[in-house]
Amino acid sequence: MSDPGGKAPYDVEPLAQPAPEAVRTAQAERLLRAWKTPTGWRYWSAVNNSEVGLWYTGATLFFMAFAGVLALVMRLQLAVPDNDLVSADTYNQLFTVHGSVMMFLFAIPIFEAIAVMLLPQFLGARDLPFPRLSAFGFWAFLIGGVFLSGSIFFDAAPRGGWFMYPPLTSAYQPDLGADIWLLGFSFIEVAAIAAAVEMIVGTFKCRPPGMRLNLVPLYVWYVVVASIMILFAFPPLIVGSMLLEVERAFQWPFFDAARGGDPLLWQHLFWLFGHPEVYIIFLPSVALIAMIVPTFARRPMIGYTWVVLAAIGTGFLSFGLWVHHMFTTGLPGVTIALFSAASEAVAIPTSVQIFCFIATLAAGRVVRSLPMLYAFGSLAIFVLGGLTGVMVAIAPFDFQAHDTFFIVGHFHYVLIGGALFPIFAGCYYFFPLINGKQLSERLGRIAFWLAFVGFNIAFLPMHITGLRGMPRRVPVYPADIGLDLLNLTSTIGAFILASGVALILWDMLRPKGREPFSPRNPWGAGTLEWLQEMPGKPWGVRSIPEIDSRYPLWEQPDFVRDVDEGRFYLPDAEEEKRETLVTTVVDAQPVQCMRLPGPSFLPLGAALTTGGFFVFGTYHLWTPALVSLVAAIGVIWYWLWTGTSVIPEKVIKDIGLGRTLPLYVSGPSSVGWWAVFITMIASQSAFWCLVFAYFFYWSLQRGFPPPGTVGPGVLWPVTGGALLLGAWALTLYARRSNALERSLTTQAALLAAIVAAAAGVAALAAGPWTTGLSPSRHVYDATVWLLVVWCGLHVFTGVLMQAYCMARRAAGRLTGHYDGDLQNTVLFWHFVAFTVGITVAVISGFPAVR
Amino acid sequence: MRVQGGAASVAACVLIGGAAGCAGVQSALDPGGDEAATVARLFWTMTAGALVIWAGVVALGWYYGRPHEEAPSPRRDRWLILGSGVVFPVTVLTALLAYGLWMLPPLVSRAPEGSLTVEVVGEQWWWRVRYLDATGAPLVELANEIRLPVGEPVQFRLSSDNVIHSFWIPSLGGKMDMIPGRTTYLTLHPTRVGTFAGACAEYCGTAHGYMRFMVDVMDPAAFDGWLAGQRQVAVEPQTPETQRGRDVLRRAGCGACHTVRGTSADGLIGPDLTHVGSRMSLGAAGLSTDAATLERWVSAPERLKPGVHMPAFQMMGSDDIRALAAYLERLE
Repeated sequence: MSDPGGKAPYDVEPLAQPAPEAVRTAQAERLLRAWKTPTGWRYWSAVNNSEVGLWYTGATLFFMAFAGVLALVMRLQLAVPDNDLVSADTYNQLFTVHGSVMMFLFAIPIFEAIAVMLLPQFLGARDLPFPRLSAFGFWAFLIGGVFLSGSIFFDAAPRGGWFMYPPLTSAYQPDLGADIWLLGFSFIEVAAIAAAVEMIVGTFKCRPPGMRLNLVPLYVWYVVVASIMILFAFPPLIVGSMLLEVERAFQWPFFDAARGGDPLLWQHLFWLFGHPEVYIIFLPSVALIAMIVPTFARRPMIGYTWVVLAAIGTGFLSFGLWVHHMFTTGLPGVTIALFSAASEAVAIPTSVQIFCFIATLAAGRVVRSLPMLYAFGSLAIFVLGGLTGVMVAIAPFDFQAHDTFFIVGHFHYVLIGGALFPIFAGCYYFFPLINGKQLSERLGRIAFWLAFVGFNIAFLPMHITGLRGMPRRVPVYPADIGLDLLNLTSTIGAFILASGVALILWDMLRPKGREPFSPRNPWGAGTLEWLQEMPGKPWGVRSIPEIDSRYPLWEQPDFVRDVDEGRFYLPDAEEEKRETLVTTVVDAQPVQCMRLPGPSFLPLGAALTTGGFFVFGTYHLWTPALVSLVAAIGVIWYWLWTGTSVIPEKVIKDIGLGRTLPLYVSGPSSVGWWAVFITMIASQSAFWCLVFAYFFYWSLQRGFPPPGTVGPGVLWPVTGGALLLGAWALTLYARRSNALERSLTTQAALLAAIVAAAAGVAALAAGPWTTGLSPSRHVYDATVWLLVVWCGLHVFTGVLMQAYCMARRAAGRLTGHYDGDLQNTVLFWHFVAFTVGITVAVISGFPAVR
Repeated sequence: MRVQGGAASVAACVLIGGAAGCAGVQSALDPGGDEAATVARLFWTMTAGALVIWAGVVALGWYYGRPHEEAPSPRRDRWLILGSGVVFPVTVLTALLAYGLWMLPPLVSRAPEGSLTVEVVGEQWWWRVRYLDATGAPLVELANEIRLPVGEPVQFRLSSDNVIHSFWIPSLGGKMDMIPGRTTYLTLHPTRVGTFAGACAEYCGTAHGYMRFMVDVMDPAAFDGWLAGQRQVAVEPQTPETQRGRDVLRRAGCGACHTVRGTSADGLIGPDLTHVGSRMSLGAAGLSTDAATLERWVSAPERLKPGVHMPAFQMMGSDDIRALAAYLERLE
């Protein structure tokens, strides 16, 4: 995994003497000009992580409040039996939107939002590696979120539950609600994957020099684990949504049992996403606790390695549990037993983490604090949720508890204890980093007790409510079966909880202009983010430090002074350009001084145009949708053309402390190459979900392919595969001749590759076309076609990239040395070639094997 | 043993549920069958264990988390992380898993050959119930109500041809989904005579919350009598009003959707009405089957059950509807 890099000694000392005062002032002014946040209406073109992270966090909290209000309406409806406050149909929209918004617009994105805001501070970096991508992710999230949430005001909201089980959502809800859900969330999920790519690259390539993997702050470990989980967890849902939307729009029968489909495939794909998702929410929230505990125990975390391994273990195990959401679908006993055992096992790494925190508290010098109060609240709530989780993982009990209010109680304990309370703890802890002010200790304590007590009053009775026979998702219940008092209690508790949450939000929002700034590092923490001055400077850190400790503020002598006096790396911005360091994956040896892009409206434009494609598509307005798509490709092309792989004015740059680094690298040393690689891992996991679908249908033994159906044959798919492998080989050849500066050969090879690619896709499609496979007839035909279409879309993207490289080469923006675009295109084509190979083997090979 | 377990359950129930208690026609904690009793016992065992562990962890967190001076101790670190964090959960979870899986086979196995077999089909939003004979042929079809002989195993055969539903009688045992394209099975052993309530547990659309049913566990002799009665054709109306009601039923085309055996009404879309007057509830929505409710149902079913597929028949005029309701009420 190690990148090529200098083998310099780890322990680089800061400058013994600072630069003269006048020099340092001039440096600071240049840094400030480079990193200046735009003002006025141009403020919204900012791409810096502190701005984007703040908007992002604010938007997620807004969505939380919105979904919370929906929950209060539901609780009012359930306060008394046989209530008619809202209609059954409205109630169905309420719980669908409440669940979906809390999951997709609050719980997951707030992790990415906080990470966008804080990850660079944790890493002593000036920004994330792709600031404009973060901005794009935020705008896409906002557009999709408003589109989705707004639908409830027009009685057009999705009403299929947040889990959207077909055939209810495929054939029995013809209104637009389900389309809004499927397309809106797919759009948001793509943005979430983009953010995950950014976190992973940011962590592995933008750490401060010397921060080897074993020195990485725990928060960052958790974020990386959760981000990697996103790469494997979101694609199943995106694929599921794609299948369902294609069934809704074009009648391809993926979930229609009458035409060979199966509703259970959706459940597998959904929960293959849905269960890891719980840990994608939980881990980055525990991460906040993992930063808070050492600070208030005044000592490093005990069992750092255990915590990291436990987080990774949780991530792995969470992909083997999904079937416990399906215990009542009539699965064989052996399957149930296996998944029961796996579900129990995930409790173990969780308990390791909790006891590492407790051990740290036990050994340290604990001081009282508000963030710790929230952490305790989190412990008390989450542990109970975990224990009821152990209970429902025992299948016989789940047969009763499944789909009842017991589960509602259980997962609110898990999510509110495991995510909301840690996030509130994090808000109180990290708030000074946002605008230099602290939140109110007094309000915070009142809010805590309101939220904590209200929560338990609301959700503890639900366990009994469920076992006394109340199923989930019902707008009414009969008066005389013992559910009245329990429900009324829950309703009262919900309002107390809501008042606590409202108080916390008010504390964050209330004007604080007259209050003094918080002292620097107000909690006496040991990690890099507390280097920040109060209020913070847009440049992040004054100079990028050399790290040789997990808690440098505690353990590296004169650390803050050295950073502030610019005695470390990059204390200046000579060219007044935004710059940060790129380091090697394992040892964090600096390999590049990377130029970062500044403010731009292009990310917003790209989000609006891609959003337009999804929104217009939802309403089946195909012309505007197509126009938006073309516009999106244009905007993104322009964005890449002007903002990425820019050839610098000089080859190398002095970053201080006697180091010089290249300003431009390509291939595996560069962040762009890693971003493509990681994105393609996500694309591969989506592809494997499609392959899984193919074999899942086969395993049903209901005729796949149906009797009398000829598959796509061998001749055409193999011809197509050969042509596409040719396109791949030509791209490789183009890279070689480009490196030798043979411009004409490069262009010819790329052009030939494009022609071969187009012919290859045509040949691939000729297979099912000539054998008369009709996708709306049977699920076999639909699955074969979908695999072909999937390849086609990837080849289309690959062709765009080849054309882009040709244009760059012609414009002199791509040369033998500055070849990042072509390197990334080749990498993309490796994956295309692999995808095509597997597809051909499956669609033409598999019927033959049978 | 049984009494003791019961006493412990009651005690725990008072402790946890407080005033709410655990009894109820739809309560999994008030078992009327072997399966529910097994799971209730499992629940109380696990709850007791969970409360102890919860109290222990929270106490440890609170004790070590209150303000104090530095107190490093590698020995304690080991005990906490390896002992409490690894060894303890591994031991407890292994034991619990063994206990839980040991009780799994009887819960997922089929009833013995020759047991009473009831086919239940999930509809939007009601239950089509067919009692089957030994060859699997239907003996009689009814709706939204199940009667069972006490002390005998019953095999449910579950399916759906529309959306996914889930068949659940909490007092008798766990639930089982009804999935289009599949047939699922649920075996129950009712042990106590009584009336219980069931519900659809899988969200199935607009009226999901109104998709309930009644279960009556009877003495075997009473059950046999009841089943024989259900197999009879509908009774002939005796009064002028009920006779008028029968004519309304024919004239208004009710037979397009409903069957009343012994008349020309033989529709299969809606519930069989041959003995609707003898049912414990109407419309899968917990409504009573008296004439007044039937009248309201026929004139505007949507008011009583949102989303219902049956159209309103207000236009028939109140006299006809009243006569029809009187006729239906008499179909016992």
